Amino acid sequence: MNTQTDIAIADRQLGGTLMELRNITLRFGGVEAIKNISFDIREGEIRAIIGPNGAGKSSMLNVISGFYVPQEGEVWFRGERRGPVKPYEVARLGIARTFQNIALFDGMSVLDNIMTGRLHRMKAGFLSQALWWGPAEREEIENRAQVERIIDFLEIQNIRKTPVGRLPYGLKKRVELARALAAEPQLLLLDEPMAGMNVEEKEDMSRFVLDVNDEFGTTIALIEHDMGVVMDLSDRVVVMDYGRKIGDGSPDEVRNNQEVIDAYLGVAHD
Amino acid sequence: MDQLVFAAEVFMNGLMTGVMYALVALGFVLIFKASGVFNYAQGVLALFAALTLVGIQQGQVPFAHLINSIFGTHLEYFGWTVPVVLAILLAGAVMVLLAFLVEKLVLQHLVGQEPIILFMATIGLAYFLEGLGDVMWGADIKNLDVGLPQGISESIESVSANWFGYGFFIDRLDIWAAIIAALLVTALVAFAQYTKQGRAMRAVADDHQAALSVGISLRFIWVMVWSIAGFVALVAGIMWGTKSGVQFSLSLIALKALPVLMLGGFTSIPGAIAGGLIIGVGEKMFEFFIGPMIGGATENWFAYVLALLFLVFRPQGLFGERIIERV
Repeated sequence: MNTQTDIAIADRQLGGTLMELRNITLRFGGVEAIKNISFDIREGEIRAIIGPNGAGKSSMLNVISGFYVPQEGEVWFRGERRGPVKPYEVARLGIARTFQNIALFDGMSVLDNIMTGRLHRMKAGFLSQALWWGPAEREEIENRAQVERIIDFLEIQNIRKTPVGRLPYGLKKRVELARALAAEPQLLLLDEPMAGMNVEEKEDMSRFVLDVNDEFGTTIALIEHDMGVVMDLSDRVVVMDYGRKIGDGSPDEVRNNQEVIDAYLGVAHD
Repeated sequence: MDQLVFAAEVFMNGLMTGVMYALVALGFVLIFKASGVFNYAQGVLALFAALTLVGIQQGQVPFAHLINSIFGTHLEYFGWTVPVVLAILLAGAVMVLLAFLVEKLVLQHLVGQEPIILFMATIGLAYFLEGLGDVMWGADIKNLDVGLPQGISESIESVSANWFGYGFFIDRLDIWAAIIAALLVTALVAFAQYTKQGRAMRAVADDHQAALSVGISLRFIWVMVWSIAGFVALVAGIMWGTKSGVQFSLSLIALKALPVLMLGGFTSIPGAIAGGLIIGVGEKMFEFFIGPMIGGATENWFAYVLALLFLVFRPQGLFGERIIERV
């Protein structure tokens, strides 16, 4: 399995730059969570952001998804500089995300949760939606079909009607991924998609992440703690420590970077 | 037999009163579902809507007293009357504007605060609106007539007189209120279940962050929900105003909506209806059968005692979402 994915990654051609972060600095009061960090995300790649606890990884993801507005620096998306945008506007631009502490609609069924991912794609007027006629009906059917494809893809057919609040942790994570995918994002942000999972669940999730990237061509930026997983999955890795960037490159380059070894791997390894 | 027929009439009247309660309770449920806020101002919203409707319809000059006392003028009426349909549309527009202002001036500044803070804000809003209504349209009791039929329904009286030998007394206004409430509820349920905005509304109610991450604008949803609540308040205001005149005690009907909500559950639209009907019928029947034994006037407290019992034995109400606490 490992060798296969390694070959697959080595063979891949990375596309042009999809997102570029230039000299981002983010402060909370007097604390600098992110210090002057720049990196890019290329089309079609799986980009990992790693680092010890409190390194500023989640803050970085929140900057990309518009939940935090950095005090300094520029965010470029699809070759255009992004102004100060609200999180919901970012979502409409084609950037979907999941959360470290799952944020799902607990009161709704799995199906309804995933459907919310497509809300901003629906155009029919609400009168025709409420009365279920003409374009609204066609739209609903199309959207449902797409959602069903994603449900099949993530193998959650048997829980479609279950209220999300009743699901175990691992499945909730998967539903959250499904909702993000339903938006057909260009860029998918995953905040610790495998945190708190057992080995089997981690393998499943890794497979899904690779398949999403492969089949839908979705660019993925993810934060992950499990080093083995990160090295297997990602094309390129950004390493953060205390809000600074201390490494950037392919998994092999990062693995051999002395500063990274000192800050992170050195502690975790052997 | 006589007793039974009479009880049936009381039952019917209870149902009709219940519809009125349900109308007010609906507004509460809508806002509670969408923002987790118990909107204390809902009753005042109904009053304000009714005042505005009467004012527009009769061509009253808004803030007449204020203007007169500052400029020494004697304005009171523009001297025209506005057709009913247009007046209702204009009053609806005022409610939408109000929703927008509430979001802009109050809610926006309280994002992410505890529900109790938001609740306190709606109490403030209630008194502000009551004062505003007073200053804008004056404090006197007004007649509201939007052309809804009133008075005893002769057809029901004669039919029931034929069947039971006793003519039921049912106000035609109550029948219309029931029909309009049914239409309103059907429309609201269809809206919440099947439309994109309805789904977004439920999503916002559940989790703000998650809603943002799928591209839902909280501001838009809040303005929308308060507009709908304003519209429901307008309908409730029209019904109550037609029945008993537009007066400031109208805002007190909000209090009766509380036990209705405890019965039906704060999160359920069908619950608000069922709760309203149960309270309406319950208090009338209780007054009819038990009232004479204990000295009457039970309608004042019956609803609250029933609500208290529900709080003890079934705090989520009849239809509310189960409160599941995972440890």
